Amino acid sequence: MTALDPALLGALPELFLALAATVLTMVGPFVVDSRRQWLTRAALLALVAALALVPIAPDGPVFGGLFVVDGFAKFMKVLVLGATAWTLLIAEEGRQSASMRAFEYPVLVLFSALGMLATVSASNLMSLYLGLEMMSIPLYVLTALKRESRHAGEAGIKYFVLGALASALLLYGCALLYGFTGTTAFDALATALPDASPFGAAAGLVFLVAGIAFKLSAAPFHMWTPDVYEGAPTPVTAFLAAAPKVAAGALMLRVLFGPLAGLADVWMPAIAALAVLSMAVGAFGALRQTGLKRLLAYGTIGHSGYIFVGVAAGSPEGLHGACVYLAVYAVMTIGAFACLLAMHRSHQPFEQVEHLAGIGRRRPMFALAFSTLLLSMAGLPPLAGFLAKLYVFRAAVEAGLFWLAVVGVLASVVAAAYYFRVVYVMYFADGDEDFERLPGRRITWTVTATAVTALLFLVVAPVVVEAAARAAGTLGL
Amino acid sequence: MSTWPILSLLVFLPVGGIAFLALTGRADAQNDRNARDVTLWTSLANLALAIVLALRFDPGQEGFQFVEHAVWLPGLGVAYHLGVDGISVLFILLTALLVPICIVASWTTVVERVRSWMVAFLAMEALMIGVFVARDALLFYVFFEAILIPMFLIIGIWGGERRVHAAFKFVLYTLAGSVLFLVAILTLASMAGSTDMDRLAATAIPLEAQRWIWIAMFASFAVKVPMWPLHTWLPDAHVQAPTAGSVILAGVLLKLGGYGFLRFSLPMLPAASAEFVPLVYVLSAIAILYTSLVALMQRDMKRLIAYSSVAHMGVVTLGLFTASARAISGAIMQMLSHGLVSAALFLVVGVVYDRRHSREIADYGGLVHSMPRYAALFMLFALAAVGLPATSGFVGEFLVIVGVFPVSAVFAACAALGMVLSAAYMLWLYRRVVFGGVPAGTPLPDLSLRETGMFLPLAILVLWLGIQPAFVFRLVEGPAAELAARLLAAQTGGGA
Repeated sequence: MTALDPALLGALPELFLALAATVLTMVGPFVVDSRRQWLTRAALLALVAALALVPIAPDGPVFGGLFVVDGFAKFMKVLVLGATAWTLLIAEEGRQSASMRAFEYPVLVLFSALGMLATVSASNLMSLYLGLEMMSIPLYVLTALKRESRHAGEAGIKYFVLGALASALLLYGCALLYGFTGTTAFDALATALPDASPFGAAAGLVFLVAGIAFKLSAAPFHMWTPDVYEGAPTPVTAFLAAAPKVAAGALMLRVLFGPLAGLADVWMPAIAALAVLSMAVGAFGALRQTGLKRLLAYGTIGHSGYIFVGVAAGSPEGLHGACVYLAVYAVMTIGAFACLLAMHRSHQPFEQVEHLAGIGRRRPMFALAFSTLLLSMAGLPPLAGFLAKLYVFRAAVEAGLFWLAVVGVLASVVAAAYYFRVVYVMYFADGDEDFERLPGRRITWTVTATAVTALLFLVVAPVVVEAAARAAGTLGL
Repeated sequence: MSTWPILSLLVFLPVGGIAFLALTGRADAQNDRNARDVTLWTSLANLALAIVLALRFDPGQEGFQFVEHAVWLPGLGVAYHLGVDGISVLFILLTALLVPICIVASWTTVVERVRSWMVAFLAMEALMIGVFVARDALLFYVFFEAILIPMFLIIGIWGGERRVHAAFKFVLYTLAGSVLFLVAILTLASMAGSTDMDRLAATAIPLEAQRWIWIAMFASFAVKVPMWPLHTWLPDAHVQAPTAGSVILAGVLLKLGGYGFLRFSLPMLPAASAEFVPLVYVLSAIAILYTSLVALMQRDMKRLIAYSSVAHMGVVTLGLFTASARAISGAIMQMLSHGLVSAALFLVVGVVYDRRHSREIADYGGLVHSMPRYAALFMLFALAAVGLPATSGFVGEFLVIVGVFPVSAVFAACAALGMVLSAAYMLWLYRRVVFGGVPAGTPLPDLSLRETGMFLPLAILVLWLGIQPAFVFRLVEGPAAELAARLLAAQTGGGA
């Protein structure tokens, strides 16, 4: 075997991850049940190794320009791999049933992560589509992995059918763009689009954005989110809510601020409309939810709205704000789902908001951590979510979109109402149930680490903000 | 001047107390006792620090003192910038004084989740002092809005029977106002390129933009003050909050709105402030007259005092928006005085509530027979609330009326009428509770040593500021004159 072609060095993390996933697929069926946890550990190791390879990969185009490595891609890859590894880490303790222990679980996670890396680095409509599909198809399977649960099966089918529709839209958008410009490469698109038929370019843009908005669960493409979040096993939901959102968000940023930057006049109002809709659906939809996972699902819809506020600004500040938001969002989401996995109430997992009643008295530290994470998502200072919102709103204000900033902050007040409602149930409502902590330290550790991050984020913020600024700076604008 | 960061110490000493409380083990009787001690000593140490600050502060010097500056979020132009002028020093003293009093007030009444209660109070103290020392708009906002979280828990966990409703109403009202304030800060920052409050005040902003920013800020501060018609959260919050919660709410939190006007609306947006003076005047006058009448009709003692707070704060806003150094210093004096007097009045209600577990005026009567010391202190604070000369309440109201009179005799008359009405509801309340027939039941015991101890500093200060208000004016006359000059220039210049 010859040495690796230096031109492929840029894709080192991806190549490594592909190799690891393939090896695990082949080894997996021969591992006896009692040794299954070693597969997960190997997968974790592969993710961490890939994470370590990300900074080493040299910048530049790979695979004849289908794939690009730049600071932005590296920032997002660190987020994606970190979130994937972290959710896999807590999933190992959270997976209870036999079907959830299937060897396919870590393997599917690895393949999905590989798809995300490809998505983040895509610099061609072809690789964009391949990356997104590679990310999504394992997610459909993971959602339905718990075969004995009808909810999981229903969620899987729903996710698959709607996801396939979204992929079709996206592909149609790619086809339109190709048809009107004659190229699929991002840099060629950027030069060809201004001369292309404005109608054709706009139509392609709309379908492309709709497809990505589906992955981000932005309204009005959000319908699947609450059902899938609720139906999927919680460890899968945690994964689904964190890493793929970062990848899809990164893709949205790369496409809009890259090849489609010339059409900013067309997409800025559209993105602003998506932002308003998502924030409103996220805020008002959650008010009536009683299920915890459905509530967090509406939270996600709202968060994608806030990310879109930054995107709608169409400025370097907006890009930067969206990067910061994605980073904070990933950590907070992992923390919130870790909270759902951390404890049982009378030997049942938390499903309804009411199940948390009385936990403030019986498990004060847990309640404190969960409240911190929820209020951080609500965007209350001095917590992490506040700073994330601050950056996107600042971008909107500097771009002159005052109305969008005002709508955004008012939506955040409505959203605060339901986050505060969960806090209220934890602290004010009385309950006689017992809460037992699940064995294993990883989830507890995750809850603690994310809550401390949320609480002290203002202190460490400059580091994250700087990293996001460097990342945003490399996405030529 | 020394170089040790006294302002950061003031903010972070309570945080140290919280860290200490977090380290103690399970909640048993011994740990609860320790938690009370730790919190009391922490807050007393902070009071000592505040006194040191006041003594070392040089009122003759212009601008801000004890300045601390560190770059924080360079991309946004946000810095960790602290500094105090005379106004801040007074409010820091007020906060540092009221927190230990609250701890003492809740010494025996809060028996559940003692440690969480103490943590909430120390967090409140850190955040409130943070608001008063912040010289960066974003830092100010972080402190300003973060206060909602501990206050939500204080009302919601330890409050009365309708606490959930009150806690949510409090949070959502205040939050809705605050977020608009955030947009205003961001807009200002995009014009000035920095969130430093000195820079913002020095930046000339076009009148049209000033108007919108002013309205957004007004939404936030008017809810906090609270001004009519945004005051409806206050009676609910006060009635449901535990005694110490009401004390801190009336004593300090309501002042944040007025302080916001002093730090943002007036210095940064003088032209818009000048334009909106009629609006503020009318709302203030309605607050003074209407809520006084509402207070007259209340049967619940806490609700009565809550409405009287709205009326008193109406006098404050009337004074703040008058282009006269006298009126502005009067308004600041009135804020301080209201901070002491309303805090004391809520403690007065708390004392009898602890004994009979009722806030209804009708359930009381003839307290003077069994509680003479209580009756005497209650009278002092009731008269201070009315604005009797030789109490702190008189100085502020009088200066506001004198300052407003040359601008508009009608509004000065409204403020004066407010004083008359306040005499009506306060003295009537006093007569019904302290005199009159004794209802059936065992007579209530007089103030304990602990209770007397928490009233004494307030009583002494109310009298001292009434007789010798120069201490306050020496500190505020400089900043007040500057604000008045800015407002006057905007009014006569007609532009930014």
